[in-house]
Amino acid sequence: MNKKKEVLISVILIAALLGILRILELNIKPTSQWAMLLTVLKKGSIYALVAVSMNLLNGFTGLFSLGQAGFMMIGAYTFGVLTIPPADREMVYMYYDGGIIKFAVPVVVGLLAAGAMAALFAFLIGLPVLRLKSDYLAIATLGFAEIMRALFQWDTLGPLTNGSNMIRNYPTFKTILFPFIVSGVCIAVIVLLINSTYGRAFKAIRDDEIAAEAMGINLAHHKRIAFTVSSFFAGVSGALLAMFQTNVQAKSFNSAMTYEILLIVVIGGIGSVTGSVISSFLFIASSEWLLRFLDEQHKIGDFTVPLLRSGFRKVVFAVIIMVIVLFFRQGIMGTREFSIGRLLERFGGKKKNGTEGGGKLQ
Amino acid sequence: MDMLSKNLPYLLAGISVGGQYALIAIGYTMVYGILRLINFAHGDIFMVAGLMMVYLSASLPMYLSIPLVILLTVLIGFLVERVAYKPLRQAPRMSVMISAIGVSYLLQNLALYITGGLAQQYPTIPWISDQITVFGASTKRVTVITPFLTIILVVLLVTLIKKTKIGMAMRAASKDFETSQLMGIKINNVISTTFIIGSFLAAVGSLLFFSNYTGVTPTIGTMPGLKAFVAAVFGGIGSIPGAVIGAFIIGICENLIMMLNQFVKVDISNFKDAFAFLLLIIILLFKPTGLFGEKQTDKV
Amino acid sequence: MKENVLKVENVTMQFGGVIAVDNMNIVVNEKEIVSLIGPNGAGKTTAFNVITGVYAPTNGAVYFRGEKIVENYPQGKMKKLYKGENNGKYTHSIAPTPDKITKLGIARTFQNIRLWKSQTVFENILIAEHLRRTSNLFTATFRLNMEEERNMREEADRLLEILELSDVRDELATSLPYGKQRRLEIARAMATKPSLLLLDEPAAGMNPQETDELTAFIGRIRDDFGLTIFMIEHHMDLVMEISDRIYVLDFGKPIAEGIPEEIQNNPRVIEAYLGGAVDE
Repeated sequence: MNKKKEVLISVILIAALLGILRILELNIKPTSQWAMLLTVLKKGSIYALVAVSMNLLNGFTGLFSLGQAGFMMIGAYTFGVLTIPPADREMVYMYYDGGIIKFAVPVVVGLLAAGAMAALFAFLIGLPVLRLKSDYLAIATLGFAEIMRALFQWDTLGPLTNGSNMIRNYPTFKTILFPFIVSGVCIAVIVLLINSTYGRAFKAIRDDEIAAEAMGINLAHHKRIAFTVSSFFAGVSGALLAMFQTNVQAKSFNSAMTYEILLIVVIGGIGSVTGSVISSFLFIASSEWLLRFLDEQHKIGDFTVPLLRSGFRKVVFAVIIMVIVLFFRQGIMGTREFSIGRLLERFGGKKKNGTEGGGKLQ
Repeated sequence: MDMLSKNLPYLLAGISVGGQYALIAIGYTMVYGILRLINFAHGDIFMVAGLMMVYLSASLPMYLSIPLVILLTVLIGFLVERVAYKPLRQAPRMSVMISAIGVSYLLQNLALYITGGLAQQYPTIPWISDQITVFGASTKRVTVITPFLTIILVVLLVTLIKKTKIGMAMRAASKDFETSQLMGIKINNVISTTFIIGSFLAAVGSLLFFSNYTGVTPTIGTMPGLKAFVAAVFGGIGSIPGAVIGAFIIGICENLIMMLNQFVKVDISNFKDAFAFLLLIIILLFKPTGLFGEKQTDKV
Repeated sequence: MKENVLKVENVTMQFGGVIAVDNMNIVVNEKEIVSLIGPNGAGKTTAFNVITGVYAPTNGAVYFRGEKIVENYPQGKMKKLYKGENNGKYTHSIAPTPDKITKLGIARTFQNIRLWKSQTVFENILIAEHLRRTSNLFTATFRLNMEEERNMREEADRLLEILELSDVRDELATSLPYGKQRRLEIARAMATKPSLLLLDEPAAGMNPQETDELTAFIGRIRDDFGLTIFMIEHHMDLVMEISDRIYVLDFGKPIAEGIPEEIQNNPRVIEAYLGGAVDE
């Protein structure tokens, strides 16, 4: 199995995936019961990005941060606020005389700005909080996310954030390919980073901070990089989520959302990018779709199946999560990665002659 | 006089809610002291206590439902520890914290399922819910008795920890988990006791809290829980008096914000909840060990 | 006259009321192998931690090639608590983080091996080369540093070969036997391209044969890489055979200094080790 062949196969598979997605989209009618599949795929791709970004911090750098929802919110708002067409601003900002921003930027600029703004906030927050260790860091980042949430709903900032009212009427995506491509590119960049010399330094910090520092790795600098980069991509995924939902409100980006993302990362395997991606789709699919039947009454003959009613799905789901957390602590992938090369070797029956270290360089 | 009667309710409410936070905060600080675990599910135990009161009082008289709620809450606290934390004793700390988040998620979803997502009206507990007048300000009796009840319970608890054998075991375990095990302390009993005490206080706290804020929703435990944890950190995690003082400070300050809100031009009421976190970040930056915490250094 | 590589000057380290290192003065010269010995709890590792920036000393200074790299004086609570000497001699506080000191060219190993456990042998060394990078976040992420990356990998393989670890290149660092883990720690420290190497009990837990190999090995890397070596060690055979000079520490105080023969016959050293048995 040589490198070129692996890259080629990957490209073909990605193209095929996008093709299939497009065909699905064109053929599934909004009224059909399969329409849910498209929703799941869209939302799953967005959550995959934020889960991978959280994994970069929690899994690869060993920084237990719980601020992900806060950075998504910053991204979502930045995108929304910057891209609402000027003509609609009067209506969206009806309580604030049309707001203070009177222009709109293109979608791509909006996405980049969303990431950049989240990264900027992360940089500033990181200066003080990254000195803290493990659970103190977790609670401090959670606290910052809550403060941000209060700030964004503050009436005085209304001309900018629309206070506690919704931000809406900004551009949304027309095709399912959009979130897939944006998320895909972002995740690819994260993977490149993880496999670079910086990524290796992150892993050293995760494994043994004291040894890392003694070997000349500047802890403050590298933690700040990981935190800022992770938040950049959380911001981008926030913008994608905003596009998906067609409106955003600060109050939905609460700690429960961060916990959900964390659980996705745990289920996928802390320290596995592909694990996070797979688990995002599974998580969204089961919470939004596959377990839906648990929320409805079912009758077998005259017998009504007990317990089944609205909300039961989430209980079952939570139990499944607990089982994974308690008994399958490695998650789906552990720290391994799914790779096409290895898969083909498995089927091709060829023995692998490359080496781990060399094989990881992309 | 008008000034006083107008502003006194804020102060009273602050002291009262501070007492309620204190009762929850003790659960956090004791568990953290021994297991080094932020028990994210603790706020939800508090919520579950509130919810059980709603359902039990519907069919049972008060004098039965109150003790029963306390008993059941203690039982749930005990079971959560046995099922979700005990199997992870040897696991990394992060796994246990994630398990706590999982329990929190489960309890909230269970509550959502049972209540159907609607806020449940908390029953009126006779006597403590009565309206009384203090210095011309009208308030519920619970507001006034909360701080006193809190102080009494804390004094009892501190005595328990200082004077009894199990208290000594707890202190030993929080000082050095491993060594205390080697010294023959039955660590699982100590941990269970800690959770039982924490859940008991959370149940009492919920009786007081919901008598003032009558709607019980599945997520209502999150905010008081997080604030109580902040109080514990502020006071120096592991220190019970520290947690109590921290809780009163947070309770009073956030109500002072509401009071200030009448006088300043911009609306700052949003920051009522954010205040606790601001305090947290300030304390972590300038005195990470809190008011009464002990310093720990990494050994190289 | 040979140049001072390391000079520890009047360093005192006090934790609360306990003095761990008491007014220590040490000089290590170019290409020397100097050992620091002393009973358990004498403050040897603490001394290393001061030199490498893990702890800021309570009082005193450390010089590396004539340049002051660490300095401190009693401050805050310590002002009242300080029981050591030379109070008032130092007035500045220079407390770089350990990574800064490593960048200057001082690398160390740890008494209780601290390898990166989820990484392979090869990766452990590769990561230690990170500090000499010239690439930035952007060029490294987008693989615009292929040349450097290749050099890093070649260098890592070369070090593995020199330290005879090539056969376990792709194994997890923590799956190695004890002796090899110690050797890997030395290799990792060398990957940071130091000129001064601090070894904290490099032979701990090794059998006699491994210790002999290590003795030869330490001598060889000093010669081949032009290194200066300062080490803490308990194996007296190794210490006496290899050291140019020896410092002896007892209860935080340096009690003797000299060439191996002098130390072997020094009554105070014998007393410190045997606990007053010298009269018998």
